[in-house]
Amino acid sequence: MTNTIGDVEEANVILLTGSNTTENHPVLSAFVKRAVKFKGAKLILVDPRRIKMADFADIWLRQNLGTDVAWINGMMHVIIKEELYDRTFVENRTTGFEELRKVAEKYTPEYVESITGTPANDLIDAARLYAGAKAGAILYCMGITQHTTGTDNVKSLANLAMLCGNLGIRGGGVNPLRGQNNVQGACDMGGLPDVFSGYQKVIDLGTRKKMEDAWGVTGLPDKPGLKVTEMIPKAHDKTLKALYIVGENPLVSDPDLNHAEKSIKNLDFLVVQDIFMTETAQLADVVLPSACFAEKEGTFSNTERRVQRVRRAVDPPGDSKDDWKITCEIASRMGFPMSYESSRAIMEEISKVTPSYAGISYDRLEEEGIHWPCPTPDHPGTPVLHTQAFPIGKGVFHAIEYIPPAEQTDDNYPLYLTTGRIIYHYHTGTMTMKSEGLNERAPENFVEISPADARKYGFDNGTMAKIASRRGDITAKIRISPAAVRGTVFIPFHFAQSAANKLTNAALDPISKIPEYKVCAVKLSKAA
Amino acid sequence: MAEQQNKITINGHDFIFEPDETILSVAQRNSIDIPTLCYLKRTIPTGACRICVVEVKGARSLLPACSTPASNNMVVHTESAPVIEARRLIIQLLLSSGNHNCAIRGSDGKDWTQFQLDVQKDDGSGELCPVWGDCRLQDLAYKYQVNGDKFPSTGIRYPMESANPFIIRDFSRCILCGRCVQACNEVQVNNAINIGYRGASTKIIAAGDRPLKDSDCVFCGECVQACPVGALVEKESRYKVRHWKTDKIQTTCSYCGVGCQLYLHVQDNKVVKVTGVDDVPPNFGSLCVKGRFGYNFINSSERLTDPLIKENGSFRKATWDEALSLVAGKLGKIKEEHGPDSIGVLTSARITNEENYIVQKFTRAALKTNNIDHCARL
Ligand code: SF4
Ligand code: SF4
Ligand code: SF4
Ligand code: FES
Repeated sequence: MTNTIGDVEEANVILLTGSNTTENHPVLSAFVKRAVKFKGAKLILVDPRRIKMADFADIWLRQNLGTDVAWINGMMHVIIKEELYDRTFVENRTTGFEELRKVAEKYTPEYVESITGTPANDLIDAARLYAGAKAGAILYCMGITQHTTGTDNVKSLANLAMLCGNLGIRGGGVNPLRGQNNVQGACDMGGLPDVFSGYQKVIDLGTRKKMEDAWGVTGLPDKPGLKVTEMIPKAHDKTLKALYIVGENPLVSDPDLNHAEKSIKNLDFLVVQDIFMTETAQLADVVLPSACFAEKEGTFSNTERRVQRVRRAVDPPGDSKDDWKITCEIASRMGFPMSYESSRAIMEEISKVTPSYAGISYDRLEEEGIHWPCPTPDHPGTPVLHTQAFPIGKGVFHAIEYIPPAEQTDDNYPLYLTTGRIIYHYHTGTMTMKSEGLNERAPENFVEISPADARKYGFDNGTMAKIASRRGDITAKIRISPAAVRGTVFIPFHFAQSAANKLTNAALDPISKIPEYKVCAVKLSKAA
Repeated sequence: MAEQQNKITINGHDFIFEPDETILSVAQRNSIDIPTLCYLKRTIPTGACRICVVEVKGARSLLPACSTPASNNMVVHTESAPVIEARRLIIQLLLSSGNHNCAIRGSDGKDWTQFQLDVQKDDGSGELCPVWGDCRLQDLAYKYQVNGDKFPSTGIRYPMESANPFIIRDFSRCILCGRCVQACNEVQVNNAINIGYRGASTKIIAAGDRPLKDSDCVFCGECVQACPVGALVEKESRYKVRHWKTDKIQTTCSYCGVGCQLYLHVQDNKVVKVTGVDDVPPNFGSLCVKGRFGYNFINSSERLTDPLIKENGSFRKATWDEALSLVAGKLGKIKEEHGPDSIGVLTSARITNEENYIVQKFTRAALKTNNIDHCARL
């Protein structure tokens, strides 16, 4: 997030899209709800489903799946045409406005309606509302990123925020809500193929040199590596031979699971390090038991870039160990000695080699967390990014055209499927499904369908349906719900037994390589 | 002078107050203890319980500190005789409403057997209050040295509700302070519960007086954390957890990216309860159902406890030494035969920053590949 969670309550207008906030980020959703109910903020919701937040929205735009660039361009069209944009900000802090204006020109509200299905007048209202806000916050989640055009979607939202001068101010910003607790930290720490910790590029010679000196090695690899969505196909065609998986369960979370499973079985060697015998661990040659968050010292970085302490409360079960100790042992046995006294000592090394974490230490995190960038030990941290300038100087507008999603419905697969999470479970369910209470509230998979479609296909609540896409099929219980909109069904992806990701499309965004989980074409029939 | 205009005198000491500040807020900032029951931070004070009353010079009656704004040259006494008298009366009335059988109500002047019998009569069961020793009302009864004998007990009007996995609603102990309603409607804005019926029949109800499980409740447990007495308690830990036997360790929730600050309550090396850490960002005490109630996995019998090696299609236990040597040997061999880029590493959004750093360092410096990613965008 460019801004903080608390900042949401300072916003005059909140534009929320691609986030089922009450289910996925419940505590954060309370900030939005409070802003609307008690602080007079206006909420614009753009979501294909009638999610709970719609009850709080002043305007709800219900767009067709995968048409986000179109409505964002449409809003910018209105804002530019009516000259509602922030001239000073655009002139002083951005480049590329002319190109943006040219592209936005053709996205008239009527043209946008023909793509997105959202009424032209609602779009105009939303545009005026957002542009008129003193501070307008944009919040989004995977409903924006999990598309073949995910990167375009994100850039488009940034365009919109820059156009209205909503960056670098309290109550504004472009704020991605991170799904898993430490996604932010995994990225910050260099759990990515092209960067070291602190987003320092591996292709940069100076950076490599610095890391080589710090780590006492030579010849650090200079080419960016494979993304996870590229590793799976490489495993399939046997150019990737081994995988070391720490705390992940790609066999429920990957798109097009049937293909992923075959690929992983093609590996020569698979090591899985986890707290449970997950679906992925079952396939491993070696399984290493690790400690969970309640059993270890360390830090997580939350969605607002706040680095916070994790503390050991109980002993890990049996012989299980801290993940870092296991990895260090493997390294040492491979002839690269790695050993640390404690997680605190690791943080000391992190702060030495990572400029954005340079001022962070356990002593400073005792009471509450600190927002990076925090370049020095006496720097207070950075709750709001880009207050003076962008890291690259001026903010660049990206003129982006709308591209339809990779898969369309047709006569054989007449319904759209979108996937997501529900409040009672988390990701692939390895943790939440160990709780009787959570299971009691959400025991099994379901497919959410609109009353109209249920009538059309002759389904009653609770009957079993077979859901098929071009890649596979699963069965799940029918749940008729006003949250669903005609023509689109929803399935949560937590449940391994009838994994929604047997259906989803592995088509990738060309840049982020994130798969299009949010759109694919399916058909429903009565289960045999 | 500006300072002159913002002066309030509490118990003989002068303090400066901020615009819009209440007497309670000034007192709290200056470490003056005024008891509260219904007052809930971050919500609009309701003035329901009146336990926070103070004496204000010139006022005709005692005023609730939580909802009375400080004003210039106000003179306040927080523990004067009339104040103490009023508080004692309020506590006595509360203790006689419903079932407060924590040995505060009705134990003096009678022997223990008689007390037990009274308890059973009141309660319909022999259960003592589950939050004994962790109750604001009990604390106040001790502080002001009163019990519930003064007034006849009102008896119990509504049966306990336990038909959901997380929360027990024991209406017999409810003092109708309304904090749960504010927690639900003003803090979490779930709008699941409200004050229902009127007069002596007043009850905290979900819409249509339905059980929580059939209401809009999403089991965030904000109401449980807000309840000052034993009327709302966690089902799992009820009668299992004694708060003086537990340690509270502050840590960060391991579910979503909000990163709520929470306390793990540990008893006998087991996490037995979770509560939100008040007053600290990002969550200021709030949690969701996963963070508050989803802790059972920690102590699950299905946790992996030993390294496992697959042989002929099934796993066998191994020592760390054996497993680690096997992994290091195999990875080393594959690296040598097929090059570093034939190996991939997936790190995790679930492990710590320190561990992610170690995994990337291992990948780049030991394996010599940049094939590292995580599944978090999936
Ligand atoms: S658990 Fe949460 S939603 Fe349910 S009644 Fe309590 S505060 Fe409201
Ligand atoms: S249930 Fe607890 S918080 Fe709610 S009104 Fe009763 S005593 Fe107060
Ligand atoms: S308590 Fe809920 S909202 Fe808070 S971090 Fe945990 S999962 Fe997220
Ligand atoms: S705490 Fe002030 S009236 Fe209840």
